[in-house]
Amino acid sequence: MLNNITLGQYYPVDSPVHRLDPRVKLLLTIVFIVAVFLAKSWIGYLLLTAFIVFSARMAHVPLNMLFRGLKPLRLILIITFLLNLFFTAGDTVWVSFWVIRITKEGFLMALFYSLRLMFLVVGTSLLTLTTSPVALSDALEILLSPLKVIRFPAHELAMMMTIALRFVPTLLEEADKIMKAQMARGADFETGNLVTRARAMVPLLVPLFVSAFRRASDLAMAMESRCYHGGEGRTRLRVLKLTGNDAAACGITAVFLALIILEGILF
Amino acid sequence: MSIEVRHLTHCYSEGSALRTVALEDVSFRVESGEFVGIVGHTGSGKSTLVQHLNGLLKPTSGQILVDDVDLNAEKTDRRALRQRIGLVFQYPEYQLFEETVEKDIAFGPRNQKLPQEEIDRRVAYAMECVHLDQKEIGPRSPFELSGGQMRRVAIAGVLAMKPSVLILDEPTAGLDPMGRDSILSMLEELHSRDRITILMVSHSMDDMARLVSRMLVFAEGRLIADGTPREIFAKERMLTSAGLARPEAAQLCCRLRDAGVPLPADLYRPEELKQHLLRLWKEGAGC
Repeated sequence: MLNNITLGQYYPVDSPVHRLDPRVKLLLTIVFIVAVFLAKSWIGYLLLTAFIVFSARMAHVPLNMLFRGLKPLRLILIITFLLNLFFTAGDTVWVSFWVIRITKEGFLMALFYSLRLMFLVVGTSLLTLTTSPVALSDALEILLSPLKVIRFPAHELAMMMTIALRFVPTLLEEADKIMKAQMARGADFETGNLVTRARAMVPLLVPLFVSAFRRASDLAMAMESRCYHGGEGRTRLRVLKLTGNDAAACGITAVFLALIILEGILF
Repeated sequence: MSIEVRHLTHCYSEGSALRTVALEDVSFRVESGEFVGIVGHTGSGKSTLVQHLNGLLKPTSGQILVDDVDLNAEKTDRRALRQRIGLVFQYPEYQLFEETVEKDIAFGPRNQKLPQEEIDRRVAYAMECVHLDQKEIGPRSPFELSGGQMRRVAIAGVLAMKPSVLILDEPTAGLDPMGRDSILSMLEELHSRDRITILMVSHSMDDMARLVSRMLVFAEGRLIADGTPREIFAKERMLTSAGLARPEAAQLCCRLRDAGVPLPADLYRPEELKQHLLRLWKEGAGC
């Protein structure tokens, strides 16, 4: 029933991109996002497209997997497109009807902004497709650790993220079980209006919360009994090391960024 | 109420790389009034089977007939059938959610849209079935009870729907000996007094030896044996290959026989073993 919900979208194959240091990948993704905002012309967009297609090829990720991330956002994409289409002032009027005025400038602007949104989503999807959630929170911890100076709890945050991710499948399984058990007692989760359906969730949510709290307390106990006391002095199982692979990725991205900046100046 | 399973096969994640066959070509028929034990090693398909029997899972192929009506046919009212086949899941205490024990037990009958008086009667009946004092336990929160009591409340929640067939998945798992004993004697009573057909999944061969009149043995998704406990427990090799042990009494009997004590080979209940040993001892003392 709930098993078609997969957590994250990690695409487990072996590729040069998968093998990149997660810290580097995270930083390069940020660079890519900056580049998306720097690109001012269609030539810039051509460069962005080329970069995405090249990275996806290197990552052995099929392009349709990459575009799957856009699906949940289609409504936002459509709204962005329509808003820009109708509310951009311009001179070359294409359609004029009642209060609606569609201009060439509006159409181009709409296309430009929707594409920008798509680039952002696809670029970050590439990160989550090629990096396991655990590696990602590891990277985040290290990258945020300089902030410890201002008492930012980098380790605790990363630990919380890792634990939360770890428990999502467990709780999904639990929810599935409780749902079935209540259905066996005649509960109906599928029919009725919004209010009846929301009320029908009570027999599912209460046991789920109870079990989540029980698990949390068990886990806290288990961690404490193994002397966990936060990040101080803790060593890691997987020590992240930079390799030539990472240097190459940085190089390629640097060239790409330079091209984008050049494009901004020239066009 | 009879349940017949015909050539049931179930695959999880059909049509993907993760496809696993949980049940393969399983057929059997359970008649009204039987007490059937379903045994098998972890991953042998027991829990998958049990969820098919009241329509929570749909077979990949094959049929389940309840009183000769196909459970998964288009026009079958599965919700109505589900209420006649009560299913108690593993660790059912994790499904409790109401403020009081009484309200929780009333959840099933309330879903059946019964009048309030009938609901009250059902709650009283169910609590009596599981030996819980309605005056004392009824108004309390289910979350402040002991593990054994919570489990009995959860079983009462299913019994309140007055099912004619009761299916239990590992009803004694994780309970202390006393809690286990009270669940088992409660089931015994439900079967003999209320004439409820019971199917019980269990790891515990001792539970089986004590209660059931027929056993179904599963291994790797297949039904590999179907017979009385006496027949099943005599097939030691078959049980070992299915990753199962024999009841403790049967094991003790076997070792005593190896040591030269003249006992019959097919004893499996502690009681009968005791009687045979006492008789031997008396005969020995006589001469």
